[in-house]
Amino acid sequence: MFERLVHALRRAGVPVSLGEHLALLGALRAGVVPPGTQGFYHLARTALVKDERHFDRFDRAFAEALGGRPADAPIEIPEAWLRWEAARRFTPEERAAIDVRGGVDALTEALRQRLAGQDGRHEGGSHWVGTRGTSPLGAAGYAPAGIRLGRGPGRAGRALKVWERREYRNLDDRVGLGTRAFQVALRRLRRWAREGAAEDLDLAETLRATARNGGWLDLRMARRRRNATRVLLLLDAGGSMDAHVRRVERLFSAARSEFERLESYYFHNCLYERVWRDNRRRHVETLPTVQLLKAHDARWRVVFVGDAQMHPIEVTHAGGSVEHDNAEPGAEWLRRAVARWPHLVWLNPVPEAAWPSTASTGLIRALLRGRMYPLTPAGLREAVARL
Amino acid sequence: MDPTPGQPWRAGPPGPGFEGTATYIATPDLIVAVNAAVALGRPLLVKGEPGTGKTVLAREVAAALGRPLIEWHVKSTTKAQHGLYEYDAVARLRDSQLGSERVHDIRNYIVRGKVWEAFEAPAGAVLLIDEVDKADLEFPNDLLQELDRMEFYVHETRETVRARHRPVVLITSNDEKELPDAFLRRCFFHYLRFPDPETMARIVRAHHPDLGRDLLAAALDAFYGLREVPGLKKRPSTSELLDWIHLLLAEGVAPGAVRAARGGRSLPPLAGALLKHEHDLGAAGGAPVAGRVG
Ligand SMILES: Nc1ncnc2c1ncn2[C@@H]1O[C@H](COP(=O)(O)OP(=O)(O)OP(=O)(O)O)[C@@H](O)[C@H]1O
Ligand SMILES: [Mg+2]
Repeated sequence: MFERLVHALRRAGVPVSLGEHLALLGALRAGVVPPGTQGFYHLARTALVKDERHFDRFDRAFAEALGGRPADAPIEIPEAWLRWEAARRFTPEERAAIDVRGGVDALTEALRQRLAGQDGRHEGGSHWVGTRGTSPLGAAGYAPAGIRLGRGPGRAGRALKVWERREYRNLDDRVGLGTRAFQVALRRLRRWAREGAAEDLDLAETLRATARNGGWLDLRMARRRRNATRVLLLLDAGGSMDAHVRRVERLFSAARSEFERLESYYFHNCLYERVWRDNRRRHVETLPTVQLLKAHDARWRVVFVGDAQMHPIEVTHAGGSVEHDNAEPGAEWLRRAVARWPHLVWLNPVPEAAWPSTASTGLIRALLRGRMYPLTPAGLREAVARL
Repeated sequence: MDPTPGQPWRAGPPGPGFEGTATYIATPDLIVAVNAAVALGRPLLVKGEPGTGKTVLAREVAAALGRPLIEWHVKSTTKAQHGLYEYDAVARLRDSQLGSERVHDIRNYIVRGKVWEAFEAPAGAVLLIDEVDKADLEFPNDLLQELDRMEFYVHETRETVRARHRPVVLITSNDEKELPDAFLRRCFFHYLRFPDPETMARIVRAHHPDLGRDLLAAALDAFYGLREVPGLKKRPSTSELLDWIHLLLAEGVAPGAVRAARGGRSLPPLAGALLKHEHDLGAAGGAPVAGRVG
């Protein structure tokens, strides 16, 4: 059961290490398992899965480990659990009697009867049916025998088990960018500078000055170290880009503490004469790109995010925009941006291999002098190095 | 052995387990997670929407287990070292200038942090590391050793501080940053799912035992309705609901008034307690949001 569960999890892309596997076994040994499959389900989940986005995969793996037929499939449980369960439900005298009668099979049978008698009070009345094979726990010091736990035949109208309800299904679609890898890359953007009033004690300088002062304290202060990184995000708000844009925004705002300032603006497909701050209010409130260029000096790190996929005339021609009648070609605006901002990159969520097949991507890349990077951890690392 | 039906896992771990309290409603999966973490001495990482009871959980676990609670609230500038100890060199320098006797013992200038406090607690404390994701990306990694081995070394005094009793470590995260794998591997994990209406009714009852059935039903209905409004910046959660009900009671709002609002697609009374953003009040009140998504 455990091994099947762990394998199913790994196959589903949920990282489960040996340490976690052992933690689960440890919890079983410590006896913190509530009886019944549901208790085991909760325990296994808390020990094996460290991200709620993987809960749905866990549910599916759990059902699979139960034998692929979640409805009536029996599950194997370790003998240790059986014994623990027995210890709870039988007096020492009863247990002694069962042991005399004959080992695990007798124990199973006795438990089955005891639990059958308690139907309705626990876990909807699970039944114990037969014994089976070797337990994966052999190596961990358990007797090499597993027990199958399942529902008795002929039971109709059962309630859905927790893992069959798939309650975490909607959490799985947040998967995408492994944000930690991105954040580690982003933090390289930090640039420290000392600014403002001297308010931090400069320990090294104080020591030196005090020594020079014949041992009399001479406090030296320094200006506080501040992160001086300013980041300007320019995001393509075109329909196909929405999901990517939201991820990138989340990514950068999560890393906000790494920057002194972070501002974001939107454009559509290509940079033209106007940008806007709030995508919902783009028709009401816009900012002339000229002003954007003026207000953000060469110290700003500028990050474009877009798929760079459009008709070439949207880049090359006045009036080429799909949305409005642009007086100057997008290329002209991109050229101005490149001239103004030496620290500029373009992140492209489209896989790099597909770039050459789109003419507009090639055009924009050329305008940026090659500073386009795929939106992957590796790509971001390169982009950040470039910034 | 204690074969009480319903809470049988108490037979396992020594001492009393956690099963929720009069003021804290715990779901079965949370109970399993807490007891497993306590029994195995592993940290429990708790995530969940804001206001779903992550921070309060630690208080309740401490109360239920009868252990002292030590709270370490993490900020963006918090370093792992702050939890262990800090060496107050300036105070020592000052004392030396004043000719104080204290100056000869460096231990007088070692200021203990929360982790150290938890290690020293006589009965095995509950250590809350709240909002671990606020700190620097490396923060969790810097605590691995200490939480694993339950000891650390004080360079200034050449001492090793060891936990007298392994503390129960509860760590909360709001998912602002992802946590490193090495850190996650060492934790048990629990995701506090947003309570379903039945659980929420129990939570509200725990806080307002004499709330009328009618008002509770109307309030929950309006509350879950608001949470469904698309495009909210901040969906109201347990803590907002509790505040709101508190207000409804204080103002003596009738259940009918709460229900009427829901039918008419307008905001329920005192909705400002539920929706904190101006934008959200607009979105929920049915007022058109200017502009269209392009
Ligand atoms: N299961 C519960 N039982 C009783 N009260 C609860 C429960 N869940 C939340 N609450 C109440 O909701 C309020 C918010 O809880 P708490 O501050 O712990 O949330 P949090 O998850 O830490 O939020 P944040 O992420 O904003 O820090 C508290 O008043 C708490 O008492
Ligand atoms: Mg909190």
